[in-house]
Amino acid sequence: MTRLLEVRDLRVQFRTRDGIAEAVGGVSYGVDAGRTLAVLGESGSGKSVTAQAVMGILDSPPGRITGGEVLFRGRDLLTMRAEQRRRIRGAAMAMIFQDALSALNPVITVGAQLAEMYEVHRGMSRGDAQRRAVELMDRVRIPAAGQRAGDYPHQFSGGMRQRIMIAMAMALEPDLIIADEPTTALDVTVQAQVMDLLAELRREYAMGLVLITHDLGVVADVADTIAVMYAGRIVETAPVRDLYRRPAHPYTRGLLDSVPRVDHGGGQARRGHADHGRHGGHESHGVHGAHRGGKLYAIRGAPPSPLTMPSGCPFHPRCPRAQEVCRVERPPLYEVTTDAGTDAVANTGADTESGIGSGIGSDGRTSACHFWKEELHA
Amino acid sequence: MPEPFDTRYDMTEAIAPAGGGGGGGAVDPAASGPQGLKDRPRRLTLPWRKEPGRRLGGPAAPTGRGLWSDAWHDLRRNPVFIVSALIILFLVVIAIWPQLIASGNPYHGDLARAQDGPAPGHPFGYDLQGRDVYTRTVYGARASITVGICATLGAALLGSALGGLAGYFGGWWDALLSRIADVFFGIPILLGGLVFLSVVTSGSVWPVVGFIVLLGWPQISRIARGSVVTVKEHDYVQAARALGASSGRTLLRHIAPNAVAPVIVVATIALGTYISLEATLSFLGVGLKPPTVSWGIDISSAATQIRNAPHMLLWPAGALSITVLAFIMLGDAVRDALDPKLR
Amino acid sequence: MPDRMPDPDGPVLEVRDLAKLYPLTQGVVFKRRTGAVRAVDTVSFALRRGETLGIVGESGCGKSTVARLLVSLERPTAGTIHYRGEDITRLSGRALRAVRRNIQMVFQDPYTSLNPRMTVGDIVAEPFEIHPEATPNGNRRRAVQDLLDVVGLNPEHINRYPHQFSGGQRQRIGIARGLALRPEVIVADEPVSALDVSVQAQVINLMESLQDEFNLSYIFIAHDLSVVRHISNRVAVMYLGRIAETGTGPEIYDHPTHPYTQALLSAVPVPDPDPEPESREPRTRILLTGDVPSPANPPSGCRFRTRCWKAQDRCAVEVPVLAVPTGLAGPGAHASACHFAEERAEVRE
Repeated sequence: MTRLLEVRDLRVQFRTRDGIAEAVGGVSYGVDAGRTLAVLGESGSGKSVTAQAVMGILDSPPGRITGGEVLFRGRDLLTMRAEQRRRIRGAAMAMIFQDALSALNPVITVGAQLAEMYEVHRGMSRGDAQRRAVELMDRVRIPAAGQRAGDYPHQFSGGMRQRIMIAMAMALEPDLIIADEPTTALDVTVQAQVMDLLAELRREYAMGLVLITHDLGVVADVADTIAVMYAGRIVETAPVRDLYRRPAHPYTRGLLDSVPRVDHGGGQARRGHADHGRHGGHESHGVHGAHRGGKLYAIRGAPPSPLTMPSGCPFHPRCPRAQEVCRVERPPLYEVTTDAGTDAVANTGADTESGIGSGIGSDGRTSACHFWKEELHA
Repeated sequence: MPEPFDTRYDMTEAIAPAGGGGGGGAVDPAASGPQGLKDRPRRLTLPWRKEPGRRLGGPAAPTGRGLWSDAWHDLRRNPVFIVSALIILFLVVIAIWPQLIASGNPYHGDLARAQDGPAPGHPFGYDLQGRDVYTRTVYGARASITVGICATLGAALLGSALGGLAGYFGGWWDALLSRIADVFFGIPILLGGLVFLSVVTSGSVWPVVGFIVLLGWPQISRIARGSVVTVKEHDYVQAARALGASSGRTLLRHIAPNAVAPVIVVATIALGTYISLEATLSFLGVGLKPPTVSWGIDISSAATQIRNAPHMLLWPAGALSITVLAFIMLGDAVRDALDPKLR
Repeated sequence: MPDRMPDPDGPVLEVRDLAKLYPLTQGVVFKRRTGAVRAVDTVSFALRRGETLGIVGESGCGKSTVARLLVSLERPTAGTIHYRGEDITRLSGRALRAVRRNIQMVFQDPYTSLNPRMTVGDIVAEPFEIHPEATPNGNRRRAVQDLLDVVGLNPEHINRYPHQFSGGQRQRIGIARGLALRPEVIVADEPVSALDVSVQAQVINLMESLQDEFNLSYIFIAHDLSVVRHISNRVAVMYLGRIAETGTGPEIYDHPTHPYTQALLSAVPVPDPDPEPESREPRTRILLTGDVPSPANPPSGCRFRTRCWKAQDRCAVEVPVLAVPTGLAGPGAHASACHFAEERAEVRE
C-alpha cells in the first residue's frame, strides 16, 4: 500500500557565509491518511526545514535540496513539474504556520481571504464562496462567524487567528496537513482548544497530519507516531506510547526527563539513567524548601551547529552513554525490537532503501543509537 | 515563517579553547566533572533559534559576528562599495592636495584663449576668462567635499543629539522637537537658500555649511529618534535601568552604540545630496561666491555659453555628478550591509 | 555573603494592594485621557528569605508588569512594596539605588537582554561600575571571572561578545549580571521560556543551586505551569491583573479551588500519553470558551466570570476577596478569590 506521504532520505543544504551547512541530513518519515505523525525536535534540529522542503516552500537560495524523495501518494514531488506540484500543493496538501498574524494578509478581511480559496480553486461565484467561507469559520468554531467574516486579521485574538489559519488550510479539504508549531504562540487554555479542533478535523476528514513541535506535552495527546529529530537527522521513530514508556535513544530519554511535569510534584527521577556518576545533574539533591522539586535531569551542553557537526553520532558529545564507537561510527537506523533480536536494517547513506522498506514503513520502531538495546532496557 | 532561518552562522567553534565534541571524545572529564551544572562551553551557537510567539525577523538579530564585522564582511565583497570608495578616496586626496594632479593656477587667466577648446597641456580647454578648466575642476573638488563633509557632520551631530534625546526622554520635549523639525521640513530649500544666503556677504563655505545644517538636521533627527525609541525598548536597556544606571550612562553605553547604524546610513546618502545642494546654491549665486573655486560657480558661468563652448559646462558638471553618485552609491552599499531586513 | 541579619520570620518583600494603570490617551500635543488599562489591580503577596514564589498566568495577566514594578522599572499607581520594612515605591535617588542592589532581575530573552556591543566581562562588571560601593575588594576582573565560574561559564571567555554564546549560555550571563551585587531577591521574568527544552533544565538547576548557595529569594514568573511547579515553594495564579489563587505548590496543583486554576491545569499537556490507563482515570479537561477579555475593559465583579461555568449573578456584582474560603479544610484551605471555591471532585479520585 502506498503511503499518503513518504519522505525518503531527504537532504537539504544551506549555503552560508561560513560554508555549506547540512540542515537536513537524510531524513525519512511517513504518514498515512487519518494518522498523526509528530516530528519532535529542538530549534535547529531541521524539523521545520524538512517540512518546508516537503511543501516546496524552501527558500532557495540559500537552501537547496541535495537528495532524497518526497512521495505523495507514491509520486515524487521533487521530480514533478512545477505546475503539477503547485496544483497538489494547493488542493491536496496544506500548511499551518506558527505565526498566524504574519501568514494572513493584513489588508483583506478574513472572509474574503477564505472565499478567495473557493473562487480560485473551485471556480465558485462570489456569493457561494462567501457563504462557504462563513460555513468554514463556523466549522472552526469562530463565534458569530457571519459578522466576523468582515473583520481584518488584527481584529482577532491569537487563538481565533490560528483557527482562521486552520480554516484556510481546511478549505479545500486536503489529504495532508503539515502544522508547524501551530500552538506555540498561544496561551495554554487556547492551545488546548486549538489542538482539540485540529485533532477533531483530522478524524472527521481522515486527513494525514504532520505535527511539527518542540513540545513533548502537545505531542503526547494527539500523535500516533513520533519521529524525534536531532541535528538534522531522525534519531528515533516509535509509536507514541512506546516512545514515552521506553525510549530507545539517549536523546529522547534525556528530553523526557528534563521537562518538569505539572502532574508530578518534586522528584523527577522517573527513569533510570545509565551512568549516574558520569553525567552530573542527576544525583539526589537536598531539596530546599518544603515543596520544591529536586534537581532536574539535564542534558549537558547545547545542540551542535550544522557547520561543525561532530563525527560519528552527532549526539555523542552530550550523551551519557557514549563510547569510543560513537565518536567514530555514525549509527545506522536500527530496527528496535522489544525482544532480544536485533538487526541493523540500514547503514545510513550507503543503504538507506532497506531501512525505509522494513523499518519505518511498518509501525515498527527505529533508533539511531549503537546502544539502543541497553537504552531500551535501562 | 515558522522558524526564522538565520543563515549567518558562527564559527566560534574554531576559537573555542574548550574544543568540542569533534575531538574531545565521548568521555570528556573536563565537561562532566563533579558539578553537573558546569557544562563548559562546547557548542557555542544555536544557528536556528526559535523564540515562540515573538516578533520574527525583527531588526535586532544579533547572531552572526556582530553588526559591524558582518557589515564590513559584506562591504568588502560589494563592487559598488569598492568603486565608490575608491572614487571618494581619490576626491578627498585631490581636495586636500589639488596640486598633486594639477600644476597650474586656477585663478590665472589668459583672455586671449577664452573659450578655447582642448589644447596640449590643457585637456579640458579654457573658460570665459581663459582659465584652465582642468585645473579649476580639480580645485573645485575642495569646496564640494568640504561643504559635503562639514554639513553632514554638523547635521548628523545636531540631528542625532536632538533626536536621540527626544526619543529617549519622550514627553513634551519630544513633542516640541518634532514640531520644530516639522517647521524646518516645511521650508522650501531653494527659497530658503535664496532668502537666508542672499543677506550673507562672505564668500567662504561656512554660511553654506551652516544653512545646510539648519535644513538638514530634522531629517537625521527623525531617524535618530526612531532608532533610539526602538533600542530603548530592548531588554538590555531595561536591565541597565534596573541596575540603577543613570540616563547618561544608559544613553552613551547602551543606546547610542546600538542606535547609530541608521543614522550613518542616512548621513552618507545625505552627503551626496548636500554636495549637489551646494552646487545648486552656488549656481544661483547665493552659495559660494567668486573668487572661491567651485563647480557650481563654474557651471553657472558656463551655462550662458553652452552653445559655443560646451566643454566649459561638461567638465565641472561631470565631476559634480560623479561625486554625488559616488556618495549615494556608498550610502546604498552601507545601507545594504547594515540593514538586517535586507539580508 | 554580606553579613546581613537573617530574618527567618519577616518577609523580605511584602507587596500590598499593588496597582498599575496605564492611561489610554488620544491626541498628540494636548493629550486627552480616554481610559486606562488596569494591568495590575490590588495584588498582594509576601516573599520570605530563601523562598521561591512562582507567579503563573497567561499573556496579558499582568505578571510581567508585577516584575517591572518590583524592580522599580515602573512606579505603581497605588499600593506599596516593602523591602525589609521600607516602602520602596516612594524612594528615589540614592535610597532607590541602594534598594536596587538588593532586588535584581533576570530577563526572558537571552538574545535581547545583553548589549551586543559589550563584552561579557563588561556586561557582568556593569553592576560594579554603577554601584562602586558594592564592588568587592581587590580585582574587579577577578570578581567577574568568579561570577562566570559560579554560573557555569568558562571564566576565560570574559572578552567574548554575547553573540558568541548559545541561548542557554547567554541566560547564564544574564544570571551572573543579576548576581553580581549579591542581591537578596531576584525577579526572574520567564527566564527559561525562550530556551530549548534540553537547555531549560540546565538553567533551572543552576537557579536552584544558586538559591541554595546564596540564600536567594526568587520571584519566578512564567506561563509554563510545569516549570513553576518544579521550582516554586509557593505559587500565585494571576488572571487579568489579579491574583486568583495562591498557596503552596501541592495546594495549587493538586487541590485547586479556583475555577480558573482548575481549567488552566487541566489544559496543560502532560508529556505522557494517557498515564497508567489502568490506575488513573483519564484526565478530564475543562475547555474554556472564548478569550481573555481586554484589560482596558475588564468585566465587573469577578474578572473570570465571563469564561466561568460556575458564574452566577453575584459574580458580576461582588468582587471576590482573595481569602481562605470558609468550609474548606486540609490542602484545599488556601487563599482563593472565588465565591464558589471548591475542589474538583472528579479530578481527584
